Amino acid sequence: MKPAKEMMHVSATPVLALRGISKRFGAVQALTDVELEIHAGEVVALVGDNGAGKSTLVKTIAGVGPADDGVIEWDGRPVTVDRPHAAQELGIATVYQDLALCDNIDVVGNLFLGREIVRAGVLDEVEMERRSRELLSTLSIRIPSVRIPIASLSGGQRQTVAIARSLLGEPKIVILDEPTAALGVEQTAQVLDLVERLRERGLGVILISHNMADVKAVADRVAVLRLGRNNGTFDVATTSQEEIISAITGATDNAVTRRKARTTAEGTK
Amino acid sequence: MTTDLSKDPQDTPQEPEDTPQAAAAAVTAVDPRLLVRQEGFAGYWSEFRRKLRSGELGSLPVVVGLIIIGLVFQLRDSAFLGAENLSNLFVTAAGTGLIAVGIVFVLILGEIDLSVGSVSGLAAATFAVLNVNHGMPEWLALVVAILSGTVVGALHGFFFARIGVPAFVVTLAGLLGWNGLMLQVLGSNGTINLDDSGLVAGLTNHYFSDVAAAYGLATLSVVAFLLVSLRDAKRREAAGVPSRPVSEIVLRTAALAVPAYVVAWLFNEYKGLPMAVVIFLGVVVALDFVLRRTSYGRKVFALGGSVEAASRAGINVAAVRISVFALSGTMAALGGMFLASQINAANQSSGAGSLLMNAIAAAVIGGTSLFGGRGKTWSALLGVLVIQSIASGMALLGIASAVQYMITGAVLLAAVVIDSVSRRTQKTAGRA
Repeated sequence: MKPAKEMMHVSATPVLALRGISKRFGAVQALTDVELEIHAGEVVALVGDNGAGKSTLVKTIAGVGPADDGVIEWDGRPVTVDRPHAAQELGIATVYQDLALCDNIDVVGNLFLGREIVRAGVLDEVEMERRSRELLSTLSIRIPSVRIPIASLSGGQRQTVAIARSLLGEPKIVILDEPTAALGVEQTAQVLDLVERLRERGLGVILISHNMADVKAVADRVAVLRLGRNNGTFDVATTSQEEIISAITGATDNAVTRRKARTTAEGTK
Repeated sequence: MTTDLSKDPQDTPQEPEDTPQAAAAAVTAVDPRLLVRQEGFAGYWSEFRRKLRSGELGSLPVVVGLIIIGLVFQLRDSAFLGAENLSNLFVTAAGTGLIAVGIVFVLILGEIDLSVGSVSGLAAATFAVLNVNHGMPEWLALVVAILSGTVVGALHGFFFARIGVPAFVVTLAGLLGWNGLMLQVLGSNGTINLDDSGLVAGLTNHYFSDVAAAYGLATLSVVAFLLVSLRDAKRREAAGVPSRPVSEIVLRTAALAVPAYVVAWLFNEYKGLPMAVVIFLGVVVALDFVLRRTSYGRKVFALGGSVEAASRAGINVAAVRISVFALSGTMAALGGMFLASQINAANQSSGAGSLLMNAIAAAVIGGTSLFGGRGKTWSALLGVLVIQSIASGMALLGIASAVQYMITGAVLLAAVVIDSVSRRTQKTAGRA
């Protein structure tokens, strides 16, 4: 039995590939020889315990904190991502955990914040509103009105607006930093739906999450970081939650024994 | 794994019954509290009531306040709503009002500028010294005086935005420092009288006495408003986004036309359309346009909402902050010229006394939030009318300035209470 998502087309050359990324902060080796590949139309979950180096890795990709060593390849060609702007130009959009939306400005204003459409020196509100509606409807994002302030939206709606906003720059890779943290059950579902729609549009998604249920629900592959090193990449469909968790915590032996115990128990049934 | 239910790529709005969350989202889409407004007046009324309940009071408290103030003073002295008194009231309001417009920008950032009184005095003194003592042409001295306000404001902005000194402290230092510089500039005799028939004197004593001027301006405003609204509605319709129905546009135009023509008639009953009012209204309209219709204005609001979000969106936070303080300084200097024009002199008390508090109070009374992120330039106009009405009415009734201060203080407190309460209500209604 194969889940539908595995049959989806995945391109041969990864859109984004990290090769041997290393990063030091003073005496701390935050990342050591980290490898990561993201293809178009693929959701890769990046998991790891606190301090495993997820944020540091994301910062190297987003151009906020460039790596000391290693190569970032974009469509197979090595590139330098030393500034946030360089990442955006390549087509890497990052949605940070704390959203970065202005509560007092309406949805349209937030979507276009910093890249307003201007006609003869004047904000073209009509065009921005039209494009906002178009964007939100292609993503099946339901928001009561695009003209209400962000403050009146629920947490899940805000998260979807933040993700939609990152798509305005037409990126190829979207990095979502814990998009479902602090969201309710239904709101989490809305965000996960949106992640799937991004995949359907052929975008590569890096999903940072602590929530194994979310990872199992939407990710195609799981890349585990442990103490700044790769600790395995797993195919979500064929890997159990326990295996991923043991890779995160490093208790690999335990997991194997637990698995063995379980399979033998099932065998004797 | 509830989320797996919607894996279907064709998860479009046409088939929302497939999944529980899509169905729930469809319910959200027609949530009557948030979005859907009925057409016509019934919809307008229910929207208005909803706004009231959720604390979005807008200009309502100040308009009600103005009406009450007008009625109370009119009952005590029938000259209050007379043409002469109201015309003078508008002219004296212009100076403080212009300063308050600058304050509105600073308040939207969520900051405060305490130096505006001193800066306005400094500008008046600079003008007087350059023009009267050094014989510089009036227009040039006027430009230099106003630019001195820009420079001083930019300096405050620099210390705030680049060095990171709280705006409160920087501008408090400015309050003392620029007042000192003004005294220094004025020199030993302390008062410099201005030319009574010059450009600056004309700011507050020139009236366009032709009846057509006031009515013409009123007509121009109403027609421009109508045409812009209709054009906007047409473009929105063409783009397929919701637009205001024509009936609502007509109603709004009428709501603008009535006060516009009444005020124009009042001016014509006295000396005609005052120059001060034309300039004040022009500045309010121009800066309202900047604030709501340009990307610069959007940046100012963004900073008032979340500095972090603004800087992540690529907004140059320091530049916007400096420019807002420079604008506040410029408006303070411009307002200072009007205040100097009223007394036709620059003296040691220029920009002192209750001017600073009146300007800040005007912005807040008019509905600009002290908490940042919310405000309109029109609130400076409405707020200053409230303050000036109280001052004018009490002067008419011969009430001592001691009582005036107490009453203005109480009105300011009431305005801030309304601001705080409406903000809290908006928070509970999820709109702040």
